[in-house]
Amino acid sequence: MTHSQKTQLTIEAGRAERQYWQDLWRYRELFYFLAWRDILVRYKQTIIGMAWALIRPLVTMIVLTVVFSSLAKLPSGNSPYPILVFSGILPWQLFSNSLAMCSGSLVGNSNLISKVYFPRLIIPISAIAVSLVDFMISGIILLGLMAWYNYVPTWRILTLPLFILIALATSMGAGLWLASLNVKYRDFQQLVPFIVQFGLYISPVGFSSNVVPEQWKLIYSLNPIVGVINGFRWAILSEETQLYIPGFLLSLGLVAFLLATGVWHFRKVERKFVDLI
Amino acid sequence: MSDTVIQVRNLGKEYTIKHQGATRYNTLRDILTAGTKAFFNNSTREKFWSLRDVSFDIRQGDRVGIIGRNGAGKSTLLKMLSRIVEPTTGKIQIKGRVSSLLEVGTGFHPELTGRENIFLNGAILGMSKVEIRSKFDEIIEFSEVEKFLDTPVKRYSSGMYVRLAFAIAAHLEPEVLIVDEVLAVGDAKFREKCLGKMKRVGEEGRTILFVSHQMGMLAQLCNHALMLDQGKLVRQGATQDVIAHYMDSLGYGNDSTYSASIEKTKDKPVYLSEIQTVNEEGMPTADFGHTDQITLKIKGAFNRYVENIMLSVSVKDRLERRVFTNRIHLDQWDISEHTSSFTATMKIPTDFLMPGKYLFMVLLSVPKVEIIDLVDHVCPLVITDLGSEAAMFEGKDIGCVFAKCEWLVKPEVMSYR
Repeated sequence: MTHSQKTQLTIEAGRAERQYWQDLWRYRELFYFLAWRDILVRYKQTIIGMAWALIRPLVTMIVLTVVFSSLAKLPSGNSPYPILVFSGILPWQLFSNSLAMCSGSLVGNSNLISKVYFPRLIIPISAIAVSLVDFMISGIILLGLMAWYNYVPTWRILTLPLFILIALATSMGAGLWLASLNVKYRDFQQLVPFIVQFGLYISPVGFSSNVVPEQWKLIYSLNPIVGVINGFRWAILSEETQLYIPGFLLSLGLVAFLLATGVWHFRKVERKFVDLI
Repeated sequence: MSDTVIQVRNLGKEYTIKHQGATRYNTLRDILTAGTKAFFNNSTREKFWSLRDVSFDIRQGDRVGIIGRNGAGKSTLLKMLSRIVEPTTGKIQIKGRVSSLLEVGTGFHPELTGRENIFLNGAILGMSKVEIRSKFDEIIEFSEVEKFLDTPVKRYSSGMYVRLAFAIAAHLEPEVLIVDEVLAVGDAKFREKCLGKMKRVGEEGRTILFVSHQMGMLAQLCNHALMLDQGKLVRQGATQDVIAHYMDSLGYGNDSTYSASIEKTKDKPVYLSEIQTVNEEGMPTADFGHTDQITLKIKGAFNRYVENIMLSVSVKDRLERRVFTNRIHLDQWDISEHTSSFTATMKIPTDFLMPGKYLFMVLLSVPKVEIIDLVDHVCPLVITDLGSEAAMFEGKDIGCVFAKCEWLVKPEVMSYR
């Protein structure tokens, strides 16, 4: 470790360490190990293990398809309804899982926080990484559905990583807020199930956002998940799906705002976690 | 000084203590009710300096012991040095990579196997994957758990758990190592091994900061010591000096040693001149962990020879109950007319006395004839639980001794037909 011979560390009251982002990079392996731990632990002592990551979205998809397509007779345009639903479920589950895991992550790792130093941002980020792994596994179902319906995606599928990034940024922004607030006020832990439960209905997961009347579309886009899901659908579904640009930009702006303030707030209270947790 | 590794200036940490309804965490409702309460009664909070105005320098390669009573601010200091807690005032400058070991096995996950935990814990302590992999075999060899490498650590015995955890920590190679009382675990043999490892680390030119209540260990390991008292740095210098100062300040230097006064002894043919409790390193102390070896050292002197003397020692608990009595006949130990004095040492079995306070009664007598010298209520000692199964019953009376009994339970099924 000769390279660190020169590192000079200064610890002082109220000093936002200059090396913070550098430290974050240095501790990337810890990030990787924490995520790896959570993934390993999640499916220990289960019989079907990773298959759970497939079963949950699959069952949700079937239920939503039956409710919204067969019972409520909502339109899906040219695409098969299951694919429409599933392209909504993917980002939604990424968001809701991240939110749930992120919000409890700091409190859940309080033993680490009070005994070892590392940039605390690693903990919520690694929680999100775990959801991303689940997301990738669920993605297999989408491929399966496409094969089943003989559905060939267009060039737009190549833009999907961009929308995944937006979904991650949304999860991260909201997750950081909840995680850091939860350290001081455990009320926020109670809030998460509500957000997840109601969010499923007010976001266009089980239906296409085309069913929302034109004059409400902009207001509907105040929900940042709307932009994310519409983006996913635009990338996955057929040519005629149009992206509602003003709404999408509004969602995008909100996501950026959420993420920036989330990181800002997290950094601000991070130094007091040990005293509060 | 160019070789100063750690420079601490005017370091202080202030905590706010809440007096009423102090809960570990707040809910919004608590804040609201507390706010209302505070409106009527504003004395619910109190400022408290856990550490105040501490300045010192530590040079490259120093092995520094930090001593002080509970609540003196040792842990706060270590936490600030390891960047876990932010100081309220002052400044710390550290050169080089710091690793701190405030607990053995931080981040161990019970569901993961030994192998998986080595990587996880290593990463948490700041080792890179490459580093862990290169030391993997060494770690396993040190920990002596290779057979259980693929068993989840939740099935480990506490000894195995600690050994594995320490083995990982012992293979850290930072420039500055901060250690808090973690060596007070495991069996004596393993502790010896850890101590040896720590010594070698020190000899390699790394700087070590080490908090312990075990003065013997500090004396062996450190070349420099700091003493904290009520948040202030009260003394620093060579380890032996600081330890001596600490002992005096506690009064243990006198308490753990009984010395007979001249008036009491001159009429007696044989008398007890000195009684003290010492630890494994032979240092007088009154503080023991429940797994520590407690040795009672009894010195006696002869004014004139008496035949058939029996020396008996009783251990009493704080309720004056005798826990046990041991006796020996001095004649069996080659004591004769030519003897002017003797030293008897009695080793109390480890893992035997429950945590608590104990006193000794020592008696010299000729059985059924006379009591020659009797010393009662001496050498008070405190046994602290270092993590036994009885720890959860702390404060409750569940007996005086640990009893390792062998159990056998045979279930029988009642047959109806």
